[in-house]
Order: sequence, then C-alpha cells, then structure tokens
Amino acid sequence: MLHHFTLHGDTIVFDSESLVLLSVDHPVRLLLEAAPDGSWEQLSDAALTRLAAESGVSVSDIESCRSELIALREEGCIHAPEQQAGFSDLYPDEPRIKSMCLHLCHDCNLRCRYCFAGTGDYGTGRRNFLAPETGRRAVDFLIEASGPRRQLYIDFFGGEPLLNWDTVVALTEYCETAGPRHGKDIRLTLTTNAVLLDEAKARFLDRHMKNVVLSLDGRPEVNDRMRPAPNGRSSYRPVVDNILRFARLRGNREHYVRGTYTSENCDFDRDVLHLAALGLEQLSMEPVVASPDQPYAIGPDDLPAIEAAYERLALAWLRRREEGRPFAFFHFNLDLEGGPCLYKRLKGCGAGIEYCAVAPDGSVYPCHQFVGDEDFRLGTVFERPEKLERQIREKFRTLLLTSRPDCRRCWARYLCAGGCAANNYHASGALDGRYEIGCRLQLKRLECALWLEAKRREKLSDAEYAE
Amino acid sequence: MKNKHIRILNPKQRKACGECQTSVAQPCEKR
Repeated sequence: MLHHFTLHGDTIVFDSESLVLLSVDHPVRLLLEAAPDGSWEQLSDAALTRLAAESGVSVSDIESCRSELIALREEGCIHAPEQQAGFSDLYPDEPRIKSMCLHLCHDCNLRCRYCFAGTGDYGTGRRNFLAPETGRRAVDFLIEASGPRRQLYIDFFGGEPLLNWDTVVALTEYCETAGPRHGKDIRLTLTTNAVLLDEAKARFLDRHMKNVVLSLDGRPEVNDRMRPAPNGRSSYRPVVDNILRFARLRGNREHYVRGTYTSENCDFDRDVLHLAALGLEQLSMEPVVASPDQPYAIGPDDLPAIEAAYERLALAWLRRREEGRPFAFFHFNLDLEGGPCLYKRLKGCGAGIEYCAVAPDGSVYPCHQFVGDEDFRLGTVFERPEKLERQIREKFRTLLLTSRPDCRRCWARYLCAGGCAANNYHASGALDGRYEIGCRLQLKRLECALWLEAKRREKLSDAEYAE
Repeated sequence: MKNKHIRILNPKQRKACGECQTSVAQPCEKR
C-alpha cells in the first residue's frame, strides 16, 4: 500500500510492501493524489494540463513525473503486491511462552493519578508481595514452558519492584544459575519509578539487567501533578537525582527514561526536551490510556495539538542531532532494512502465547495490562504450563494482522503489527477491535520517524555525491 | 534514467525462530 504525506515542507512516499522510501516534488505529489490507485496512464490530457497549471510547471514536466512514477510501479517499488501468508506459513512449530512480566509486588510508593495498575494494587484492594519461592517457581515455569527456545526474557515489574528488593536480588541470582543449567540465556529487565534507586541498587541493576526502564514525566510541575508521593508531595527532585546517577553509571548501555503524557500536557515535546536538557539520551514519552471520563484522558479534540507536538519533536530531534547533541526517542527508531521476520510483523507482541504476566500470588495472565481481570486469568505457575486455560490463549493465538480488515487497509501495518491488544480490548470490547486514538497517534509517530529516516538518508546521499 | 522529480531514499527490499525479544518497527536474533 502506498502512503504519502508532507511534513515540514517535504513530501515523503512510503510503500508498505517493498519498504521503498521516496522524496518527491510538488508535481509528483499532485499526481499521487490524482490517481491514488496508481493508474496514471488513465489520466486525460486535460487532467495533465490542469495538474501542470496547479503546480506551476509545464505539461512536459508533468509527463516526465508520470513516467518516473510508472517506471517505479513497473519495477515493483511502489504499489507492490501484498505479501500473502497465514499462520502455518510463518511459524515452524507451536509458539512457546518465552517471555514473562514478573510482578514483584502489588504495592507502590507513588500515587500516580493515571496508573493502569490502580496505584499498585491493580484495583483489587490487596497490596501484596511476591514471595521468593513463588518467584523461583515462576522462573521454573518459564523454563519449562519455553521448550526449545533458548533466549528467555523476564521483566521485574510491579507495582514498584524495588519495594521487594531482597526478592529482586534472590531471583536475579536464581535466574543466573537456573538459566545456564537448562541451556537458557535468561535476560533480565526492570521497570522502576526510581524512588528507592540508591547507589547500591543502581550498581546491582547496572551489573545484572539487560535493560532498565525508569519513569519520569518531564518538567517538574508536569511530573508532580500526575506522579505525587502518597503524602501529596513532589516526587520529581529525589527521583531525578536517582535517575541521573543511574544514567551516568549506565552510559550507552540499554536503559530508557519513560514518561507518560496526558491531555493536561499536549505540549509533551517540551517534556521530552526537558529530559534531554538534563543530559538523558534514551527517552520515551507515551500517551496515557485511560477511561474517557477521567479529566486527563486523551480525547479526539486533543489530537491536533498532540500531532503538532510530535512534529515539533521530530524537528527538535533533527536539530539536536545536527548540533552533535543527539537523543534517542523510542518511537522515532525505525529499521527499514533489517527488522523482524514477517511473522513478528503480523503478530506483534505475542501476548498470551509467547508472553505472559505473573501476579504476586502466582496467577498467570496474557500480559501485564490484563492482570487482575479474572476473565483473562490463564492459571497459575504452580501448575504445568500445558494446563494453562486453552480457550483464552486460542483467542490470542489467532490474532493476526491478516484477519483484521482495518489493518489490511493500513499503510503502517508492518511497522505497527496491529497495536496493543489490551488497549484495543479496553477501547472496543474486542481483542481484535480498534483503539482509534492509539491508531491516530501511531500513524503520526511513524510519519515523523519516516521523515527523519528520509532526512538522514538524504544527508548520506548528498555526502556520497560530494565525494 | 536518472529521476528528476523523485529521489529514492530506500530502495526496494523480509520463518519465525521465536527467539526475539517481546516488543516491531526490533532486531532479529538470527544479530
């Protein structure tokens, strides 16, 4: 599917099937709009004359544009045919659970207003901690469930996992001995609000974690409005010092400072740039997903301001890079040459079949966003993996882009994989439903990422030409 | 023929092994 858009004065064309990326001039853009299906031969002489007048060029120039487009189409570069593939074509054996979100506790030392985990207890009213023996059983469960898979992933999550620090240490040591014993490489990550991230913990995490995700929302007043301490006081100052110390220790090894923006800071690009100005270089800022009746929920009326913020952020990202002060932004990372296999692009995160979440009591759910929802409880780590609830897992197994009409008509499908199943479910009531706001934001982020990729390649190409 | 109006920035370019990290716009383990 061919998509074109104009950003900061540049018209960019992207073909979802061939991954061809083009930069085109104004007359070509008019031709793309005049024949969206690529039937440029069908345009009448009168239509070509009108397009020439509209773009201020000669008819022969318009015909030249048309010839270039037709040549690219004939080479399969644009309007390339859709790749056809079903589940059995893409996967050599049954998918296995090889990735786990392990909840160290359902409690938290902040009271974030937007927390999907209900400020830590997942809406259950029970604040509880993962016992070390339950955690070890969860690791054994993952090793058993993973079958022939060698790379396993465990994310220490919460609530706030640092509240259960002794268990973090015990389970880290257990993974590092149990993994090799079973021929597995268990890669550990941890997500924290950094309130308790003192120097000793920072050194431990730096030594043992493949990735660390640290939460901070940006400017002090923005952060403190949404992420207060239990007594209502500011969390920004102690947290930012802890995060900066960890980032200095970590250097360029994997970590992310991740914020959440709401309808109360649609100018979140200023929050990203605030974090960058602090010297943090691995950044992410995510839209809140909340019930529409919450005052901070993002609604359709907020989208123009949010889309403008992404466009400003892309420009700022480019300028800082050119000035030698780059930062990475999660959603602007794009790989058009490598990237994952077709199965992964059609399947997405693998919730429920390759990925699961485990609550402190050992209950298993398809992903961290479903924890506490009894309709999605799959079983417990104290049972054998094959005993997990089959009917629920089957619903996740059959989620594939090719079965979703909205996605099949979307140019971004291979760069998005259908979005977040939990968000789709909570917005529409169906796992294969559509979260309209999430779609809009994803499309804008991808356009910004494609524009940045185009600018990067233009610069490379110009440098090669100059040589 | 060199294009005058169109600049090609990325030319025309994908079984799962199941080893990759849970996420897609992601390195393939097969690194």
